[in-house]
Amino acid sequence: MSPTQTWQSRPETARRLQQRHRRNRLFRHLAATGLLLAVTALVMMLGALLTASSEAFTETRIKLTVRYDRPLVDPRGDASPESLEEGDYTAVIREAALQLFPQVASRTERRELIRLFSPGAAFRLKERLTSHPELLGNSEELWLAASADADQAFKSGLTGKEGERLTPFQTHLLLQFQERGALEQSFNTTLFTASDSREPEMAGVLGAAAGSFFTLLVTFFLCFPIGVTTAVYLEEFAQKNRWFDFVEVNINNLAAVPSIIFGLLGLAIYINLMHLPRSAPLVGGLTLALMTLPTIIITARAALLAVPPWIREAALGVGASPLQAVMHHTLPLAMPGILTGSIIGMARALGETAPLLMVGMVAFVVEIPQGFLDSATALPVQIFLWAESPERAFVAKTAAASLILLLFLIVMNALAVVLRKRFEKTW
Amino acid sequence: MRHTIPKIMLDRVSLPESAAVADSDAVPESETKMQAAGVRVTYGEKVALSGISMEIPARKVTALIGASGCGKSTFLRCLNRMNDIIEGCRVTGQITLDGQDVQDPDLDVAMLRSRVGMVFQKPNPFPKSIFENVAYGPRIHGLFDHKEDLERIVLTSLERAGLLNEVKDRLDEPGTSLSGGQQQRLCIARTIAVNPEVILMDEPCSALDPIATARIEDLIDELKSNYTIIIVTHSMQQAARVSQFSGFFHLGELVEFDSTEAIFTNPSDTRTKNYVTGRFG
Repeated sequence: MSPTQTWQSRPETARRLQQRHRRNRLFRHLAATGLLLAVTALVMMLGALLTASSEAFTETRIKLTVRYDRPLVDPRGDASPESLEEGDYTAVIREAALQLFPQVASRTERRELIRLFSPGAAFRLKERLTSHPELLGNSEELWLAASADADQAFKSGLTGKEGERLTPFQTHLLLQFQERGALEQSFNTTLFTASDSREPEMAGVLGAAAGSFFTLLVTFFLCFPIGVTTAVYLEEFAQKNRWFDFVEVNINNLAAVPSIIFGLLGLAIYINLMHLPRSAPLVGGLTLALMTLPTIIITARAALLAVPPWIREAALGVGASPLQAVMHHTLPLAMPGILTGSIIGMARALGETAPLLMVGMVAFVVEIPQGFLDSATALPVQIFLWAESPERAFVAKTAAASLILLLFLIVMNALAVVLRKRFEKTW
Repeated sequence: MRHTIPKIMLDRVSLPESAAVADSDAVPESETKMQAAGVRVTYGEKVALSGISMEIPARKVTALIGASGCGKSTFLRCLNRMNDIIEGCRVTGQITLDGQDVQDPDLDVAMLRSRVGMVFQKPNPFPKSIFENVAYGPRIHGLFDHKEDLERIVLTSLERAGLLNEVKDRLDEPGTSLSGGQQQRLCIARTIAVNPEVILMDEPCSALDPIATARIEDLIDELKSNYTIIIVTHSMQQAARVSQFSGFFHLGELVEFDSTEAIFTNPSDTRTKNYVTGRFG
């Protein structure tokens, strides 16, 4: 080794360099593999959900010419709303169907024929007649929802094998309807306009979505002001002493507490102690607020801390009070970060099930909730309820509801990104 | 709201009346604006300043010089109680502004800071428009009744900070879009918009190039006829150029305080002599 040779040209150096490059490559490959795995998992999940839910987005309908026969639908004979309310609309459907199939004679066969229609079809006729009393005594052509069993059988091709829940006679009848062009599949609007139901073809997510909406409204309007005020106080005004450390540690720990514990707390405080109504969005929202508050406080503090201290100094330097410095400068500059954190916290609250189970938002709710005190359920709880239902048609409904929930979450996260981009200021 | 200046407006730009009476020649040599007596500052266990006493003359430029970490910035921040916001910082001793105790717990700190303004080391305009940067102080103190008054204050302040000609066509642009030197002059305009009596400058040129530095130094020279200026600087040449009085800080002590001429030509302490001649520091 000549004395002029530098360490850069030694063979050991070349070896070290090679090793360094190898490690770099290894890390890059590992990272790429991890990313690929994540993307695959995502694609598989979405694919599975889409396949499983495809059936839920269409419904089978049967065309009938119904006649609102006075003796059937107007038992009191005075055409009053009360009288129309008591009418036998199932009989109207039966009569209309029998018109098409005069050969159906036995009681069993007639029962099988009427079971091709959803119980919702009779409700629909009642609603139509009560809102249009002039139809009384007249006929009209309507597409009526088929029962879940008929729906399933039609979607699997009316082979008689897959739709084994139908009798051979029912399959035969459906084929007859199809021949006459009186059987079709259309987009399932019921899924988006109805609340929960025992009948899969009548069940929708609107009730649960409304429940989630009211719940999140309560959560947001409770968490956001309190959370931001707390963060501002802790970050800008509080003395950094032992008491401060105690509060800080507790807030950080609260953010990590399993959500079901908050559910139990909500049950104990809001329902058992304060006697607020069970199953209400108000209580659900209050409970989720307990869970979301620490998250909002932590993200808001981080956002406030990220505002450069010289902004604050500049404001104080011209004689702003500490409150003015915060309100005029620090807080507005931190707002994009605070909003992003809050929306992500809200998205977490939207997907939360366990605490809601504890405060009774797991109820079977047929009515769409109109306010904060109505009985309600939430989207994730609806998924949970449907997943437990024995009817086969609920499998697709469960997947469809999951997709809808995911869609809401994506929208909320996108909103967070947009708000951040929109209001972010550079300095 | 767009702030374009009508030609007439520009002609009307004039100094606020209270400041216009100021004339450095009329001020007696001995008038003291601020006085410090036995000021001691500790950060927890660490002593940052031990027993600083000095008298800061009115409408003069006083330079505080010394090596990094000698406590000159800490002392400056005592004068408008900027140290209040630093956790664990304790200030004892007496500081007065026109004979009034600055440390008085009953004193409104915000009002003190409107009288003793501050320009920081790094230009720190708010991420708002140039106009709003200057208007902020007058707004929070309610210094105007009409929008026209506010516009006059803003334009006057920009004018006195020597920035008006460069920014009069773009008052709505963000203050952060200006160059470093312009930003620093904007910060000076923001400070003088609330009409302070004292301006503290904490190494105002350390982030600027020589040309921008020269402009700020010229500005300091103009401003001293209306304001008492205290400037912390690393550069002895700058202290020599802009100040009439100088204080040399060393390891938390005020070694010497005298006229700048005396400090640079005939220092009485050897440490001062070594520092100003560049032998250590």
